[in-house]
Amino acid sequence: MSSHRFAVNVTPKPGILDPQGRAVEGSLDHLGIEGVHAVRVGRRVELSVDASDAASALAVVERLASELLANPLIEAYAIEAIEPVEAVA
Amino acid sequence: MPVRIGVVVFPGSNCDRDTLHGLELAGGEPVALWHEQATLDGVAAVILPGGFAYGDYLRAGVIARFSPVMRAVEAFAADGGLVLGICNGFQVLAEAGLVPGALLRNRGLRFLGRDVRIAAERLDTPFTHGLAAGGAPLRMPIAHGEGCYYADDATLDALEAEGQVLFRYVDEEGGQAAEDDREHNPNGSLRAIAGVLNAAGNVAGLMPHPERASESILGSDEGLPIIRSLVESAARAAAGERPLALVAAS
Amino acid sequence: MTIAEPEAVGEPAEPVEPLHRQLGLTDDELEAIRERLAGRQPNELELAMFSVMWSEHCSYKSSKPLLGTLPTAGAGVVAGPGENAGVISIGDGLAVAFKIESHNHPSAVEPYQGAATGVGGILRDIFTMGARPIAVLDALRFGDPADVRTRHLVDGVVGGVGGYGNCVGIPTVGGELVFDPSYQGNPLVNVMAIGVLEERHLTRAAAPGPGNLVVLFGSTTGRDGIGGASVLASATFSDADASKRPSVQVGDPFAEKLLIEASLELIERGLVEGLQDLGAGGITCATSETADRAGTGITVDLDAIPLREPGMAPFEVMISESQERMCAIVRPDRWPDVREVAERWGLPVAVIGRVTDDGDITVTSGGAELARIPAAALTSDAIVHQRVARAPEHRRAAPAPGAPTGASDRLPERGMDPGAVLLALLGSPNLASRRSVFERYDSTVGTDTVVGPGHGAAVMRIKGTSRALVAATDGNQAVGVLDPHLGAAMSVAEATRNVSITGARPLGVTNCLNYGDPTRPEAFWQLTEGVRGLADACRALGLPVTGGNVSLYNESPAGSIAPTPEIGVVGLIDDVAALVGPAFVTDGDAILLVGEATSGLIGSSYAALAGTTVEDGLPSLDLVREAAVQGFARDAIDRGLVESAQDVSGGGLAVALAEAAMWGGRGAAVRVPTSMSPAVELFGESPSRIVVTTTQRHAPALALLARQHGLPVETLGSVGGDRLQIQLVGTSSTGASEERGSTIADVLDVPLTALRHAWDHGLTRALGWGN
Repeated sequence: MSSHRFAVNVTPKPGILDPQGRAVEGSLDHLGIEGVHAVRVGRRVELSVDASDAASALAVVERLASELLANPLIEAYAIEAIEPVEAVA
Repeated sequence: MPVRIGVVVFPGSNCDRDTLHGLELAGGEPVALWHEQATLDGVAAVILPGGFAYGDYLRAGVIARFSPVMRAVEAFAADGGLVLGICNGFQVLAEAGLVPGALLRNRGLRFLGRDVRIAAERLDTPFTHGLAAGGAPLRMPIAHGEGCYYADDATLDALEAEGQVLFRYVDEEGGQAAEDDREHNPNGSLRAIAGVLNAAGNVAGLMPHPERASESILGSDEGLPIIRSLVESAARAAAGERPLALVAAS
Repeated sequence: MTIAEPEAVGEPAEPVEPLHRQLGLTDDELEAIRERLAGRQPNELELAMFSVMWSEHCSYKSSKPLLGTLPTAGAGVVAGPGENAGVISIGDGLAVAFKIESHNHPSAVEPYQGAATGVGGILRDIFTMGARPIAVLDALRFGDPADVRTRHLVDGVVGGVGGYGNCVGIPTVGGELVFDPSYQGNPLVNVMAIGVLEERHLTRAAAPGPGNLVVLFGSTTGRDGIGGASVLASATFSDADASKRPSVQVGDPFAEKLLIEASLELIERGLVEGLQDLGAGGITCATSETADRAGTGITVDLDAIPLREPGMAPFEVMISESQERMCAIVRPDRWPDVREVAERWGLPVAVIGRVTDDGDITVTSGGAELARIPAAALTSDAIVHQRVARAPEHRRAAPAPGAPTGASDRLPERGMDPGAVLLALLGSPNLASRRSVFERYDSTVGTDTVVGPGHGAAVMRIKGTSRALVAATDGNQAVGVLDPHLGAAMSVAEATRNVSITGARPLGVTNCLNYGDPTRPEAFWQLTEGVRGLADACRALGLPVTGGNVSLYNESPAGSIAPTPEIGVVGLIDDVAALVGPAFVTDGDAILLVGEATSGLIGSSYAALAGTTVEDGLPSLDLVREAAVQGFARDAIDRGLVESAQDVSGGGLAVALAEAAMWGGRGAAVRVPTSMSPAVELFGESPSRIVVTTTQRHAPALALLARQHGLPVETLGSVGGDRLQIQLVGTSSTGASEERGSTIADVLDVPLTALRHAWDHGLTRALGWGN
């Protein structure tokens, strides 16, 4: 068994209204920032999974992402492998 | 001639009208300050009202603090001007660094709309001098999802030492509520802190809504003295008198 | 939703469902469409527009004939059914706008957004009339609270109602939360909103004046709800659900807040000739309805519509249900000011068309005409179906579904302690405290809330006056499942009673009729009977129906919902200082019961808990008696004779007394004379009864007044102590319980602390909310 760390990035599905992104984009003027658009706001969940290999670990995260972390009606997700956290001494 | 008190209106402030109304009841002349304007129209004090400025997207208050009016408010505060932040207004002040600490999600992770009791820690501030002596609990509503006051221990110790804790959540007898007392400290604020002062004593923030407790027909008028204190202090400031409580607690 | 291309001739055949059927239109309906198009075949875009406008949700095609039988006229009614909301004058140049609407099917699919957009939609119906919304009430109904899916729905819906209402800054001050097995596959989310306007600002959703501009402002148009309300709400739930799923509408309460301010400013400055909010059916609905009302036409330029996404097909743009959008009819010389207002509030705005005099809705793009349909064909001349109503064969008084049918040894006269029954009722999910739910709502924003959630009616003061609006929602499905006429009449009786006992005068009724599949004769019979009950009750009480909503097809493979007429009532109290509440006020006050119990435990919470016997029947409602009880209540309060007033409903007299005691923080000791079984006397829910308290000094006058109103009245006892004590006293010569063969004492004696404990925790326990 080994430990594998992933990040799940959850964002609004393409085409779905993103009120947060819209509000952030609208406020950029006040910071004097130009040229920024198509802002989408989501969330990122990082987690470590114990599994026999990377593929099985990924399968666990896939399931978690699609059933719990993202709302498939209005959200999309992308999984990336990341560096494991340092073990606590 | 009633003293002019500004109420900042962000798009999405939904308590600005309530606050304007409360100021009238407290004897002030309310002046709405639109978020896009860069001046404060010569008001003698400013209130940042509750609501969901900018929908509270990203973090409560974080987008609001970059609006033009906030630059004017920051300058006003730096100059000793009186500023009161209520609920979302408190969050905006904290994001802007005008008061210490941060407001986190309520301990129970849910929005809460209900009554609480708070007591003033000191009566010698521009925001509390009109309250009755004796520290009687004041009943008024909270309505927020992010009202859990947080600062690290060193900061909390300093706030207490410097007399910057302005209000705490209390029980019916006026005793400080525990952090896990869901009935009396529903959002789980550290050290039951419901409101704070900045170091200079001219800027304050509190999570409960005194403007919603300004008439007995609505359930409580125990919040009105807070607004009235501000109005009177502003009147003195406008008349050139020295504001109270620029002196640290002894 | 994809539209299949028609098969080219000569290619290998695979049967393809004709386009009109894919869009939910029947062959008959297609024929009717051709007739309205002077015989020609509609093109795809036109079919899509018809499919939306002729859906049950938009056209009321099954219910229109029935709704025409409701009483709608009344003193002071300024806007009635057919408008976006009902509006009634309340004096001083002011008027109240109110309406209730459903968002059932979207909430079952995505509970948070379904509920949120439901709130958004009903609010728009209010401020589009020129009224500033001041309160929201939500009536929510779910299946088994122990079920995981139910808990997910409850959490999502409550979160959505709060998330939207709190952010937009309108207090949620009342409503209902009801659990019943029949809602298991079909939750109901009905939301009522109330607003206040100066009558001179009343704005109608009409498009007068050929040459005027059609202006769209608010959020941009995306693919939200394509095939949403129309197709979704016009089909019952089945396992083929997944194909309906991508149509979720997402609400933005922050945008709605801006929309409210911009709309009210436009109205108050007289900048619009008409205003319509966009809901089900999107631009198609808004343009066809406003044109039809004015007898004009509208031509829409697709290229001018601000879009959220590129590459949207014409039909998508025309039927999109993107939220937070309004359609204004604007005189050309006022356009610059209108644009300035929208832009100042940060809202996209554009001229998307013009009013014409040809009576058609014309859709153009790139200069080409893509569709042309007479506006009336989409709205007032939409098809109407004469459905078949057939009463079920076995219409005897059967026990409610789910209730034990055998005689139970848990009835008091068979050995159960009535105190234990009371605690069980107070702790049951339908009667326990709803505090854990309504604390998720902001009920005090707006500084107008005099009485918020948790009691029978909400009270909102009108700033600058001494007056207040009182509002209640009620719906009786437990009786309705067996006798839909009675259930509807009882719903009206209870909602209006809750308003009258505050001292307010009910002004009008709005209704959300939640029923099953109208193509099923039995379900249509239920709807027919429900409308009849609603009409009878409103006529007897002298109240107009000012509008509402019909939600049909509330069925799933598990079955149909119990017929649920959700009634919303608004009343007016002239002096808010004279307001009366339900809680006991002072120790020593006399407690009187006005009205009399009749037998009929079926449909009661007690029956759901303890079962019924073959002798039990349905309750009965005497509308003349009900009107008299309400008239008495208002009269007595007017004369200053009442300290508190509470109606007897869920859980019966014992629960009514327990609630009054808990809310007042003081107990009571009463003796109840009875000639019926203890269960009926203590827990029966026969209507038209109220518990009033008054000072000992006023008690004789109050009792006399009741008799003058022709009402039976009993002085039961007095307020005081820290326990609730109820003693039943038989009306025979000895009255001893042993005479009736009972083996238990006729005394219910429970400390307030025990009542509170059961009541405080009942709901959170049922829902598994840790807290």
